[in-house]
Amino acid sequence: MGLGERLVLKIRHLERPGIAPLDLDLAEGECIAIGGPSGAGKSLLLRSIVDLDPNEGDVSLEGRARDAMPAPEWRHRIVYVPAEAGWWADRVASHFDDPALAAPLMVRLGLTADALDWQVARLSTGEKQRLAMVRAFLTAPRVMLLDEPTSGLDPEATAKVEALLHERRREGVAMMLVTHDADQAARMASRHFQMAAGVLKAMGPGAGS
Amino acid sequence: MIFITLSYWDIAIAGLLLIFNAGLSMAFQLGLGQRLLIAATRMVVQLTMVGLVLKALFALASPLLTALAAFVMVLFAGREAMARQDRRFEGYWSYGIGTSAMMSAGLIVTVFGLTTQIHADPWYNPRFALPILGMILGNTMNGVSLGLERLVSGAVLSRNAIEAQLMLGADIGEAMRGVRRDAMRAGLIPTINGMAAAGLVSLPGMMTGQILAGVEPVEAVKYQILIMFLIGGGTGFGTFVAVIAASRRLTDARQRLRLDRLQAKSE
Repeated sequence: MGLGERLVLKIRHLERPGIAPLDLDLAEGECIAIGGPSGAGKSLLLRSIVDLDPNEGDVSLEGRARDAMPAPEWRHRIVYVPAEAGWWADRVASHFDDPALAAPLMVRLGLTADALDWQVARLSTGEKQRLAMVRAFLTAPRVMLLDEPTSGLDPEATAKVEALLHERRREGVAMMLVTHDADQAARMASRHFQMAAGVLKAMGPGAGS
Repeated sequence: MIFITLSYWDIAIAGLLLIFNAGLSMAFQLGLGQRLLIAATRMVVQLTMVGLVLKALFALASPLLTALAAFVMVLFAGREAMARQDRRFEGYWSYGIGTSAMMSAGLIVTVFGLTTQIHADPWYNPRFALPILGMILGNTMNGVSLGLERLVSGAVLSRNAIEAQLMLGADIGEAMRGVRRDAMRAGLIPTINGMAAAGLVSLPGMMTGQILAGVEPVEAVKYQILIMFLIGGGTGFGTFVAVIAASRRLTDARQRLRLDRLQAKSE
């Protein structure tokens, strides 16, 4: 099992087209890594957990069933950060309820607070990725589902993101990390999984992708 | 009254203009000559038939037959509105949403106009009911099809933006607000523009027709204003109903964006 003892996320018989039925548990403060080729169903799995696509199965958060909770509340507690984040306004600041709260986190991830005044259209991939991460942190989630969170970042920025993620884990946030980077999986996760053709398989300790 | 009855020769002479156009098309190899003639022939046949049908309906003045004619008009409008959609809903939804929006808007506004302003006797008198319904449907159809088109294409194009808000715990109404507002605006703007330009840029067709039929201009204008209000009301109501119904169909009880309920884009 993971670092914590208390079960946070419990998944039973989660199923949808493209994904074979699967069970998965996530303990408090635990991080698991999922590898596997593109198109294997990793993103579909994350989308299903946050209920963005129709799917079957029993999913519960700290004992509360997903179906018993309004969908927005569910997604507020289990936040999914996709590989390519969406933006719904022209200015960066418009994407935050309280931009003042975003600024310190942005600085920690190696961005300047001025970025709040920037236009989304002129952001680089790496800037977008880090801003999407800040946005997700600010919802104070219990679980974070991270899809290639550092794919557009240099090693320095990657280290900053990982440090912040570690910090949140110590506060009890559980994480599922989809990554192609075996070193990152080894640094971040205590359990490792591999997804192929919609089937999720646990890997032995120390096994990479 | 100074109404001048047209003879068939008069019409045939006007038709020469189209023959002339077809000749131009052939001379410049535009390839439109045949299409032009077919469209003109269709127009003549369709309007002649409508004239005969209306003549019969007016003579009978039957509420049942009038209602039937109104129903058929709504079905044609529904089909036309659907045909204008690039991306359609699966199954009967595509046809159903537009048609029911136009049916409710057309019916409510027409009956409202006939019973409280026009005071036709009886109120369902087809000589008033059918032309007014026709004008309202024609405009509502534009509003509904523009609104639906904008809503669906907006949802497809802004999928990432909508889902990004959902992922952070926004409710679906909040996430869809921008797309829905754009759709309603798209549906209503032609009506607003039409009202703003009325009389300056163009003389509305109905008013022109009444003036040609010998009605005093001021009386014709009063009628036109009334019709403009009915059209505006019908378009607004129909667009609203269609956009709300379609945005409900694009989402579900778990507050997801359900683009899987759309068919693949038609070519």
